[in-house]
Amino acid sequence: MDRVEVVKPVHGRLPLTTPSKGVAGKTGLWRTERPVVDNGKCTRCFQCEIYCPVNVIRVEPETGVSIDYEYCKGCGVCADVCPMRAISMVPEAG
Amino acid sequence: MVRKALTGNHAISYAVKLVKPEVIAAYPITPQTSIVEKLSEMVESGELDSTMIRVESEHSALAACYGAALAGARAFTATSSQGLLYMHEVVHWVSRARIPMVMAVVSRTINAPWNIWPDHSDFMDQRDAGWIMAYAMDNQEALDLTIQAFKISEDPEVYLPVMVGIEGFILGHTTMPVEIPDEELVREWLGPRRQPYVVDGSSPIGVGGLTMPEETEDIFHGIQESMESAKRVIERVDREYGRMFGRSYGGLTQCYRCEDADYLAVSMGAWSGDLMEAVNKLREEGYRVGVLRLRFYRPFPREDLLEHAGRSKGVVVFDRAVSFGAWGPIFADLVASLAERPEKLPALSNIVAGIAGVNITSEDFEKLVKRFIESVEKGEKPVYFEWFRKR
Ligand code: SF4
Ligand code: SF4
Repeated sequence: MDRVEVVKPVHGRLPLTTPSKGVAGKTGLWRTERPVVDNGKCTRCFQCEIYCPVNVIRVEPETGVSIDYEYCKGCGVCADVCPMRAISMVPEAG
Repeated sequence: MVRKALTGNHAISYAVKLVKPEVIAAYPITPQTSIVEKLSEMVESGELDSTMIRVESEHSALAACYGAALAGARAFTATSSQGLLYMHEVVHWVSRARIPMVMAVVSRTINAPWNIWPDHSDFMDQRDAGWIMAYAMDNQEALDLTIQAFKISEDPEVYLPVMVGIEGFILGHTTMPVEIPDEELVREWLGPRRQPYVVDGSSPIGVGGLTMPEETEDIFHGIQESMESAKRVIERVDREYGRMFGRSYGGLTQCYRCEDADYLAVSMGAWSGDLMEAVNKLREEGYRVGVLRLRFYRPFPREDLLEHAGRSKGVVVFDRAVSFGAWGPIFADLVASLAERPEKLPALSNIVAGIAGVNITSEDFEKLVKRFIESVEKGEKPVYFEWFRKR
């Protein structure tokens, strides 16, 4: 994009922020509960991976379920859809 | 430079072609459609190297342009009436993000009832959105203003989007001879695109994220300051354009026979031509009257009005929109401007007319202006507000 010159405005502040925890899709501090998986009970059925609304669950045949907690919103959908009740929601503070 | 017979809509298409924005996005709506139809023909034939994004709504059209402009592209869209109202949310996003962009507004009455004829109600509805708002009087000015709009929008003293208005059908679908400047010269004159920041992935920035009240107020205050300096930029750009392409219009307003006028008629848009014709007739009859035409509605040309209206005996304002429950929008702003020097207040009158596309002729203007002048001359208080209806 060499046709663009970035030049500061003469007046006014810009509506820009620096990404940190809580932006760019990261959850930050506001999750109240987190999903915890018992991979011993898990049958690798992939339901949780399919239903997670923010797509942060990976199911591997060998190792089982892993969740990216940086982005997990704590909504509990995965716990609800698991037919084996292998996922439980535990309070974040505890 | 070539001369072509063009409708107002196509005059805008040709201006956009000369500028060559990287991205054009639009949704068809009468009476705007032929602007983007022409542009899409140009893209299809290879005459214009732009990306044309066909979207499912006007809200998306402006959102697509917003995204492209954030990433550093010159972007253009055009709309009318309900479409403009539908995109109104994004209209605010663009200006408050301080992102330069140009949009054509081909004015059409707001529904209900369904009506395709023009008044200024759709344009005026955007008054407080933080866009620079220009309005052309003829097809040549529609082309020149569109090119100038990119330059104004991308000036670091401004960094606000610009909308260029014309009346649907009256200019939009009426053919006039238009001079088209040389493409190379236009690009050279515009230079590279300038904007205050670019979202290009090279460094992470968040645009429009949550900001505390005091900081948000600072951001908005910057828009107000930029509107003030836009007045100087608009005049400078018009002068430079005149030197480069041989046509200049004088800045925020055009003064027609108003230097020595005792009375002033104020207007905006294509019907100003009919008003000027009426003024020529009235001049022959000895009435010293002139026309002050608004070329820009935002920033509001307060200083020009103070200068010209402040030394007039009477000012009559013709508004082609109404703020229901109050007056015409131009009148309200004009009175507020003149109240800065209350000792110089002339006799004032507001005539709202031409609503929903009702045709106002030069004879109508002649009659109304003459009636106004005569009532002031007789020492009567002229009618302060009137909705002039033709039946
Ligand atoms: S709690 Fe919600 S967001 Fe987090 S992993 Fe489960 S489904 Fe995904
Ligand atoms: S839904 Fe339950 S059983 Fe199925 S993969 Fe996820 S955790 Fe394992």
